[in-house]
Amino acid sequence: MKKINKSTKNNLITYGIVVIAYVIVMLLNVTGHISSLMEGLLVPLCIYVILAVSLNLVVGILGELSIGHAGFMCVGAFSGAFFSMCMKEAMPAMARFLLALVIGAVCAAACGMLIGVPVLRLKGDYLAIVTLAFGEIIKNLMNVLYIGKDSRGFHVSTKDMIALGLEPGGKTIINGPQGITGTPHDASFTIGIILVLLTLFIILNLVHSRDGRAIMAIRDNRIAAESIGINVMKYKMMAFTISASIAGVAGVLYAHNLSTLTALPKNFGYNMSIMILVYVVLGGIGNIRGSVIAAVVLTLLPEMLRGLSDYRMLIYAIVLIGLMLFNWSPKAIALREKYSLRRILGKTGTKNVSENRTEE
Amino acid sequence: MSFISYLINGISLGSVYAIIALGYTMVYGIAKMLNFAHGDVIMIGSYVVFVMVSGMGLSPILAVIVSMAVCTVLGITIERVAYKPLRMAASPLAVLITAIGVSYLLQNIALLIFSANPKSFKSVVTIPTVSLAEGQLMISGETIVTIAACIIIMTGLTLFIKKTKAGQAMLAVSEDKGAAQLMGINVNGTIALTFAIGSALAAIAGVLLCSTYPSLTPYTGAMPGIKAFVAAVFGGIGSVPGAMIGGILLGIIEILSKAYISSQMADAIVFAVLIVVLLVKPTGILGREIQEKV
Repeated sequence: MKKINKSTKNNLITYGIVVIAYVIVMLLNVTGHISSLMEGLLVPLCIYVILAVSLNLVVGILGELSIGHAGFMCVGAFSGAFFSMCMKEAMPAMARFLLALVIGAVCAAACGMLIGVPVLRLKGDYLAIVTLAFGEIIKNLMNVLYIGKDSRGFHVSTKDMIALGLEPGGKTIINGPQGITGTPHDASFTIGIILVLLTLFIILNLVHSRDGRAIMAIRDNRIAAESIGINVMKYKMMAFTISASIAGVAGVLYAHNLSTLTALPKNFGYNMSIMILVYVVLGGIGNIRGSVIAAVVLTLLPEMLRGLSDYRMLIYAIVLIGLMLFNWSPKAIALREKYSLRRILGKTGTKNVSENRTEE
Repeated sequence: MSFISYLINGISLGSVYAIIALGYTMVYGIAKMLNFAHGDVIMIGSYVVFVMVSGMGLSPILAVIVSMAVCTVLGITIERVAYKPLRMAASPLAVLITAIGVSYLLQNIALLIFSANPKSFKSVVTIPTVSLAEGQLMISGETIVTIAACIIIMTGLTLFIKKTKAGQAMLAVSEDKGAAQLMGINVNGTIALTFAIGSALAAIAGVLLCSTYPSLTPYTGAMPGIKAFVAAVFGGIGSVPGAMIGGILLGIIEILSKAYISSQMADAIVFAVLIVVLLVKPTGILGREIQEKV
């Protein structure tokens, strides 16, 4: 048997987990063990996994905090749904959905680039607040956008329906705060899983490539990375744009899973961005497989514990704070090392690590 | 005439932003962190006043004082529990994410206690509306009090920083933590003091905000909080007069774009201002350029 290296093995485990989960769900579905409630959760589950993995690229691998991830999702959702609405009768469902996915990804990537060029010169808190501002701007714009179509072509307005001046036979596609109604229901769990695998494939390969190492070098020390000739802007843009385009794909999937698409604070606002961030933090910043697992667990848990639904967000918040303190506080790290299981069991190898830490 | 009245409303809203922005800018200057939970401290402060005035029927002045005390304690507690352990953390993201977590926590606690239904906040201002230019220009009591409060706070704070030992200590800590410690300044105490002042100001801002816009929900603080941060960046983060200028300009921009462009687009315009400012002059109007040391 051919020898495979460690990172390939790790990647295969991640893909394996997704495939096995898919097979199990499908088996349960065939035997009728899945309630309709659970069935309705399957596609959102894929969406959250894709979002969490793509955000992890920015937060974990690039080391910049983006809290406007829902904004990219929103761009993808609206552009994809808009395309599907225009082509509703003109194309077969499968081809149309694939094209919608591509369009959503491209539009979100374009937005990522547009916002990335100026913004990626900033860092830390400034970048975070600008991505947040971007998310809010997108949500706001979608709420005042009206687009209609008639025999003379498209009409765009930011005022109201009447300002579009549609002919009697014309059709409204985007109706301001009411959004897009009647998007074809093209998304399915199988497509969702394929997209999850594709996302994982893209991100895991990126992380283990030369480019990925350059991105991580920027995260670890920007100045050092720059001094050895890494083009910081280029790699930051690369990570940011890829992350945005994948979020756009998740948005398209989201739009084609619901018949009505509206830009509410609930689905594309700040809260959504935070929720994705919670998945990333809980799964482990920079750990792609962790993001997958955290997204699944945190989506399923509240449904399993229906009675706790009021406290769900509260628990998320406490988990977020607690985990950050536990993982990042120097005192907690020292404490963990002191009482780590390996050390108590007296295994070798741990000692060197702790010695290195203290030298720093 | 309507332009002038919009302008006055803008200055009034801007004054609230300025007071909130002070909290951000001071904490940012000293602890080098973006306190995301600041907006939610405003919300908690407003709920305290709401409960005391509408629920228990106490006098508004007393309620405001109690609210300030509650917010001060809250601010110091947040700093102690959530931020201080992470001050020396390897990644600057850590404390930012924790701050988001605290913001989320405060919102959800308020949501559990007070539910999402908006509470109608009874104005604490008793000054009657002033009518100028034969009734064409009306200035409400809330507006007058807000602007006056902003001026008093700004003057007081500037004097405090310039004239007192504690204020000088704050400046020193924001300049160089290590050196300040060597000079015998209690760095942890100074940071706690900054959080305390910022949070007390947040309580005042909350009361003023809710007196003018009387609908109180657990999310009341979030948006003004973020906009105040925009104001702080606009004016130059770390600068006290900058926060005031940034806040007032932002308030005027928001009200004028609400009046003349589109009420739904006002938020988008405010955030677009932020992006433009950061592009053109990332240090803000009064900010200083800081060289990055290798």
